[in-house]
Amino acid sequence: MSTPLLQVDNLESYYGPVLAIRGVSLSVESGQIVSVLGANGAGKTTLLKTLSGVMNPEKGSVSLNGDTLTGLPPEQVVARGVIHVPEGREIFPLLSVADNLAMGAFLRRDRDAIARDHEMVLDYFPVLRERLAQAAGTLSGGQQQMLAIGRGLMANPRIMLLDEPSLGLSPRLVGEIFDIIKRLNTEQGVTLMLVEQNARVALSIAHHAYVMELGRVVMSDSAEKMRQSRDIQQFYLGEQEDGVRGQRRWKARKTWR
Amino acid sequence: MDFAQLLISGLANGCVYGLIALGFVLIYKATEAINFAQGDMMMLGAFITLALTNDNHMGLPFIPSVLIAIAVMAVFGYLLDALMLRHVFGQPQIAVVILTIAIGYIIRFGAGLIWGHEPQSLHSPLAGQDITIAGIALGLDEIAVIIVTILLTGFLYGFFAHTRTGIAIQAASQNQLAAYYMGVPVRRVYSLVWGLSGVVAAIAGVLFASKGSIDPNTGLLGIKAFAAAVIGGFGSLPGALLGGLIVGVIEPFASRYGPSGYAQIAPYLLLVLVLVFRPHGLLPQVQQKKV
Repeated sequence: MSTPLLQVDNLESYYGPVLAIRGVSLSVESGQIVSVLGANGAGKTTLLKTLSGVMNPEKGSVSLNGDTLTGLPPEQVVARGVIHVPEGREIFPLLSVADNLAMGAFLRRDRDAIARDHEMVLDYFPVLRERLAQAAGTLSGGQQQMLAIGRGLMANPRIMLLDEPSLGLSPRLVGEIFDIIKRLNTEQGVTLMLVEQNARVALSIAHHAYVMELGRVVMSDSAEKMRQSRDIQQFYLGEQEDGVRGQRRWKARKTWR
Repeated sequence: MDFAQLLISGLANGCVYGLIALGFVLIYKATEAINFAQGDMMMLGAFITLALTNDNHMGLPFIPSVLIAIAVMAVFGYLLDALMLRHVFGQPQIAVVILTIAIGYIIRFGAGLIWGHEPQSLHSPLAGQDITIAGIALGLDEIAVIIVTILLTGFLYGFFAHTRTGIAIQAASQNQLAAYYMGVPVRRVYSLVWGLSGVVAAIAGVLFASKGSIDPNTGLLGIKAFAAAVIGGFGSLPGALLGGLIVGVIEPFASRYGPSGYAQIAPYLLLVLVLVFRPHGLLPQVQQKKV
């Protein structure tokens, strides 16, 4: 197999005094959507922050197309095309929608291509076009999420790290946003690493998935196989399974423990 | 007639306060640090100009001297952040406050060592000239102060609203983490803001010195400008200017029409009233975060 676009080897990272990532290894192939699932505190966000360079790993390495990223400051990681769309949107509240989008292209100089990407983003998120001059802080939660994704696209990412895009959104909006994410992948060829608690919706669009628990990757398989795995159904998709006495077996153990 | 003269001289004073307040707010908005050396940086900018242009010093022409002083203060502000404040970045707020107070003292006594503690006056081509409009004699220096302040404000507005660097500074001040994610070199941006406030300080210093004499303690004016920034709504650039103008105008009127000795108290009395009735200042910075 060719070298993957993003390769993470044995990464360890502290969140404050806590070792939040304990030896994570994973890889993302170009053109794929790879999902990282896990509950609160599994270390998903710390993983993304370490990848984008705002946190330094204790051990291990990250490489993009074979070039090592570990130890680079965030602006150089961004310049190489690894774009982090953070959890909770994190837009610039007092800047206009247009200026927020322009900030996404902060490190780019190719004016024509930036203008093309600007149009592309507005085609995918038409609601932003109507609000270009409005302060971003006055947008609704779903619109802010769209703006955050659009701002990330403006950086012309080789891989986009998408942290919990479903957070705090209604099921209808989640569906809408994930449809757009899927279209960005198939139509624009955007490679995505998607971190989610909402396993059902993440697995519906991903090619491959990892499951993290307590800072470790405990499972790795194609999204297709994951959807059929009994453990995943029970613990992440919340599907009811009748036990021998017609009750759910609450004490059931996951096979990886 | 009396009224117009008081108003113009009050506005001219207010412009200087407003510019120092602007320096406070620039740094506070971008880096969340309060630079208590801002007034002393203003004094330093004025003394550098004086040392370059006065006949008993180097005797260079006035305009080049001002430009050199502005450039020196820009580098001074940038390095102050890059070499010192960056190291207390992320430490408790009080560490930053004390550090800037200490830097202020060093500048004040350093200036005293070099230029002496006696008041000196800047040889400005504007000093001491009057023009008469409709029977009212106005100081050319005061008019110049007002015009320069308007121009500088317009320049700063254009810079923040329309340039890539200006928007990046705004972005970094509104959401530091997101600015990192967009590839903004946040630390360098912070140093740049310190450099910019050095420029504003130098201009304020030259304007102040062209209206009268300066000595190393002139920097204590910074406290009054700090009050002006709070009155305007700390964190708002137009508010800083407005606060400065209000404080500047209130002083001459209080001393002219109020009981004697009242002028010194008036700005602080206003500060107390504003803080009691509008704790966020006259033009508060509205910013709500949605989660």
